[in-house]
Amino acid sequence: MRSMGAASERLLIIVPAWNEANNVGATVAEIRATLPDADIVVVDDGSTDDTGLVARSAGAEVLTLPYNMGVGGAMRTGYAYAQRHDYDAAIQVDADGQHNPEDIARILGGLESADISIGARFAEVGTYQASGPRRWAMLFLAGAISRIARTKLTDVTSGFRAANRRAIDQYVTYYPAEYLGDTIDSLVAALHANLTVTQVPVAMRPRMSGNPSQGFIGSAVYLARSIFAMSLAVVRRPMRGRA
Amino acid sequence: MISIGALVLGLLIVGAVTAMLLKRQLREKYAVLWLVIGLAVLLLGIFPEALLWLTLALGFQLPANLIFTLAITLLLAASLHLSYELTRSEERLRRLAEETAIARLAQSRLEADVAELKALARNRQITDDE
Repeated sequence: MRSMGAASERLLIIVPAWNEANNVGATVAEIRATLPDADIVVVDDGSTDDTGLVARSAGAEVLTLPYNMGVGGAMRTGYAYAQRHDYDAAIQVDADGQHNPEDIARILGGLESADISIGARFAEVGTYQASGPRRWAMLFLAGAISRIARTKLTDVTSGFRAANRRAIDQYVTYYPAEYLGDTIDSLVAALHANLTVTQVPVAMRPRMSGNPSQGFIGSAVYLARSIFAMSLAVVRRPMRGRA
Repeated sequence: MISIGALVLGLLIVGAVTAMLLKRQLREKYAVLWLVIGLAVLLLGIFPEALLWLTLALGFQLPANLIFTLAITLLLAASLHLSYELTRSEERLRRLAEETAIARLAQSRLEADVAELKALARNRQITDDE
């Protein structure tokens, strides 16, 4: 039953899912078809629908959180699982179908030169569009983190990212549950811990079902929150030990 | 001249904190602050002159100003401390939730393995019996 592959490089695909019963089955099936050797773990983040059931019958292992903790909470659970089971690399793939499993291998390729590899929109691939405050927020965040990382990053809020062993250990130590903390703060903390980051251009697909949020006010709030989260992340001292 | 109001309030605080401590409803680290506050109120009830003297010494215009300033500062500090403790316990709760999720998956795998082994053992017994 357990698919602990005999391959030398063991890969864990972490799929955080909150009430994604409509999408998670297709996402898991697609990942399995693309990467038959990888282990898939769906982190059911306190869903009230059949997310866990659907994921399990699609052939994924399911980590069931007792209540909703947000993407950050779900992802750290996944990384803790990866660390506990001694995986060589882990990659986050969203349950809603926006991340194309075809890109996983390319993003993992980035781990040859860095500890963290981000699948980035905007990097001259695909048709992802953002405008107004949301775009300013993304440009601001990308600029600020690129300076810390000393490499050009264009899409630091992308959840489509891979981690090697070092990065998994770092994430288990520090991966905030706060909104934006999961992408921004975890990345800055990793950089402060002398990990390296690179990016790989990918195209994002539209969500399979359900609709994305945000009008102008929503984007403006997003901008304010990202400035706040970024300032905190930069000033914070590197985290030592567990809470 | 003893101030009855302050005396009663001080006694109430000290009494309530002590009762909660004895019933294990309050941890010592939180109790200390409230005991100190209660005792301070009690002392002010017994020696109201001390308040007048403090008001003059610290340069406040009215004793009431001093009391309010002290009370607000203490309450701010107390609620800030509570937010700090809450943040810490939320973080610990998060770790525990992660652990339960991982343990739950491990358990269901074990249960499946055990069921498989049991079925295997049963089959073997049947073939042995024949």
